[in-house]
Amino acid sequence: MARITLRVNGATQSVDADPDTPLLYVLRDDLGLHGPKFGCGLGQCGACTVHLEGEAVRSCSVPVSAVAGKKVTTLEGLGSTAKPHPLQQAFIDEQAVQCGYCINGMIMTSAALLRKNGKPSEEQIRAALAGNLCRCGTHQRITAAVRRAALAA
Amino acid sequence: MRDDRRHFLKTAGALVVSFSTGATAWARSAPGAITPSKTVNKEALDAWLAIGRDNSITVYSGKVDLGTGTRTALAQIAAEELDVAFDRVEMVMGDTGTTPDQWLTGANLTIAQGGSELRRAAASARAALIERAAQRLGAAPADLMVDDGVVRVKGDPSRHASYGELIERGFEIKVDSKAALKKAADYRIVGRNIPRVDIPGKVTGEWTYVHDFRLPGMLHARVIRSPIFGARVSSVDDRGARAVAGFVQTVRKGDFLAVVAKTEWAAIKASRAIGVQWGEGTRLPDKGTVFQTWRARPVAKTEATQKAGDAPAALAQAVRRVKASYEFSVQTHASLGPSCAVAQFKEGQLTVWSASQATHSMQTELAGITGLPPASIRLVYLEGAGCYGRNGHEDATADAAVIAQAIGKPVRVQWMREDETARAPKSPPRAMDFEAGLDAQGNVIAWNADFWIALNHIVAFKPLDFPLLAATEMGQPKPGNWVGFLFQNAGMGYTVPNIRVETHHVAETFFRSAHLRSPGRIENSFANEGFMDELAHAAGADPAEFRLRNLKDARAEAVIRAAMKLAGWQTRVGINPAAGSGSVVRGRGISYTRYNNAITYVAAVAEVEVNRDSGAVRVTRLCIGHDCGQMINPDGVANQVQGGALQTVSRTLMEEVQWTPERVTSVDWVTYPIARFTDLPKVDIELIDRPGEPAWGVGEPTAVVIPGAIANAIFDATGARLRSVPFTPEKVKAALAAAPARA
Repeated sequence: MARITLRVNGATQSVDADPDTPLLYVLRDDLGLHGPKFGCGLGQCGACTVHLEGEAVRSCSVPVSAVAGKKVTTLEGLGSTAKPHPLQQAFIDEQAVQCGYCINGMIMTSAALLRKNGKPSEEQIRAALAGNLCRCGTHQRITAAVRRAALAA
Repeated sequence: MRDDRRHFLKTAGALVVSFSTGATAWARSAPGAITPSKTVNKEALDAWLAIGRDNSITVYSGKVDLGTGTRTALAQIAAEELDVAFDRVEMVMGDTGTTPDQWLTGANLTIAQGGSELRRAAASARAALIERAAQRLGAAPADLMVDDGVVRVKGDPSRHASYGELIERGFEIKVDSKAALKKAADYRIVGRNIPRVDIPGKVTGEWTYVHDFRLPGMLHARVIRSPIFGARVSSVDDRGARAVAGFVQTVRKGDFLAVVAKTEWAAIKASRAIGVQWGEGTRLPDKGTVFQTWRARPVAKTEATQKAGDAPAALAQAVRRVKASYEFSVQTHASLGPSCAVAQFKEGQLTVWSASQATHSMQTELAGITGLPPASIRLVYLEGAGCYGRNGHEDATADAAVIAQAIGKPVRVQWMREDETARAPKSPPRAMDFEAGLDAQGNVIAWNADFWIALNHIVAFKPLDFPLLAATEMGQPKPGNWVGFLFQNAGMGYTVPNIRVETHHVAETFFRSAHLRSPGRIENSFANEGFMDELAHAAGADPAEFRLRNLKDARAEAVIRAAMKLAGWQTRVGINPAAGSGSVVRGRGISYTRYNNAITYVAAVAEVEVNRDSGAVRVTRLCIGHDCGQMINPDGVANQVQGGALQTVSRTLMEEVQWTPERVTSVDWVTYPIARFTDLPKVDIELIDRPGEPAWGVGEPTAVVIPGAIANAIFDATGARLRSVPFTPEKVKAALAAAPARA
């Protein structure tokens, strides 16, 4: 066990954890942030995506010791039901959810995309999300939501 | 999230359901009771609805929302019949302590069956409240009106009483099966695109999935299962697990083996560190010859699923006979989130927070496993990842129950990716043989078909008794196949005079088998519609016109014409003359099915590109015509139609469980790939609304028509018939090689 200090969603947090614990479990179980989801633990599906220093990363595959002192943002850090982020609002407006288990990864990956490319084409959105899996078949609404958020920005 | 639901989720942890405002006395739990003292008897109106003094409405639904939006749609139905604003209604779903048993959530029945039961209850409630208001206000029922839960005297609106004032101790009457239902022309809430109530929480991380549910003092467990198919535990050495910091204990009951730890990561590390010697497995059949093996298996029964005229005699007189065989491979639900459950065993009472689509049935299934009486077991539904049939949710529920009972502390079990992909139930394989006869004018005069389907043990509206992994491992074998009603849509939907369709029910499958989105219908419709396309070609007819010619149902024709119109269907006979001359050729195909030959109508046109060199198929567009009767929430319907279409493109082109004789080798997203954003087409939809007609299900029908439409489009592009799902590049290349040379 080690005491590790993180900067999550703008707040400094200290947790006691094995240094090799994947960041995902620390976020979900120690910090109660349930936006990121466990999908595969293998970095294959994207359900656990968070931002690390602004870059989309798979939190299931990043040991917590590697993010000590770095800036982590989760879905909760983007916005809330009371004050949603423009992407979250776009997903609501497009009703771009079925079961919703993948949606954390879709929003976090799209948010990272829009920071680099504010006006992505449909093809660019699909390419950016190609590493994120959705099993319900919500793809068309998800890309529509990302386009809507880009237009609103 | 609204306060009432948040309150419920919080208090559910303490086994209490109460309402923050205006609770009726009977809805409160007696201290220490496993369930609140509320009736769940389906016949009692109080089982379905509670009304708070502030006019808040709580609906108790035995049907659950599997991520399809039915939490919202059912609330619309209730609000409409009750004449209250939609926002007043809160849904409690799938809690065995408070909701009536409406049988499992599946089989396309949530709206058609669950919604109509709820509608009847809500109409009964409205009538009872009007009756009470008439007495209180001294007016005839006919002289009263309801405005958002307030009953007023027409012409004298100052005389009024709210539902909350009228409800008193509850309804204490039966549901009136003859209660008058509101007319579609008067609908103000049903038929509207009310935004789903779960979506704001789901896009912000505020929604509580079962994976997110926590109890004080909760431990974490992982279950260890053999990678070798059917192997039993020979010996266990848990010294490695004990060395993991945070390890708490090993749980072993027969072949059921789990490790418990203080944190998830410690549980995972312990599960990897434990030493297990596995015995011999039971060998799986050779995958390359699985369909021959399937056809040769013992058949428990053969049924005449559809019969008209004399098909053998008509075949003998046919001018032209066409024969073909079709196959559909073993697939899996592959839920995005591995299954999870949280259980607590305290003072003889077991509570499990579960994403099961059959919580009421799990009450008796868990009783069998734990030895507890069903009355001491409560399941509380919380959403999981989408399941599309029986995935691992029920197994994980049993795992959590067994471990909680063994350790006496609250425990959360989550499966790993390999558990979900490799060890959750599978769809059974399918083989289908056809022969048909045409007369000189190209009319189908005989249709002869044989379907080799898995024997099913499900009885509609009866409790299930599934071979849950934990039960089997603990030495409680159960009969095998809970595969759904696989005979459905084996019968064909066209007006052919002589039909013989038989289903041969194969007694045992290779894998533990369960229903997967549109069980039976998807395989049967793929084969029927592929073969229908072969007959159209043999008859020298355009495939869409040929279907229309053989239908006598205006609603069937309407969905076909809607799909044709969206696609700009070009009538032609034979292979697309403009398919292209390079490696990549293009075509379009059509498929139509009426779900169960009885309810929702759907037609699809698929447009494809086929790479003749690589065998790769790309679906570039899908156009869907869809008629499910009265739509409750059209945008919710569209969401399900799109989802059913896109998921099935994945299943049709790439999905097939892989195995060797020793083990299932599909264990993750590399070994069981599904379609990505870059693989999927645009879906265009025409939803035909039928206000006032019965409301039919929408979760399954669209999936049914996709494989046939894609197969038929590949034929249009290439002249090659794809008769075995999935259409992998190898199969496409083989079909291209077997196809007649293109003109």
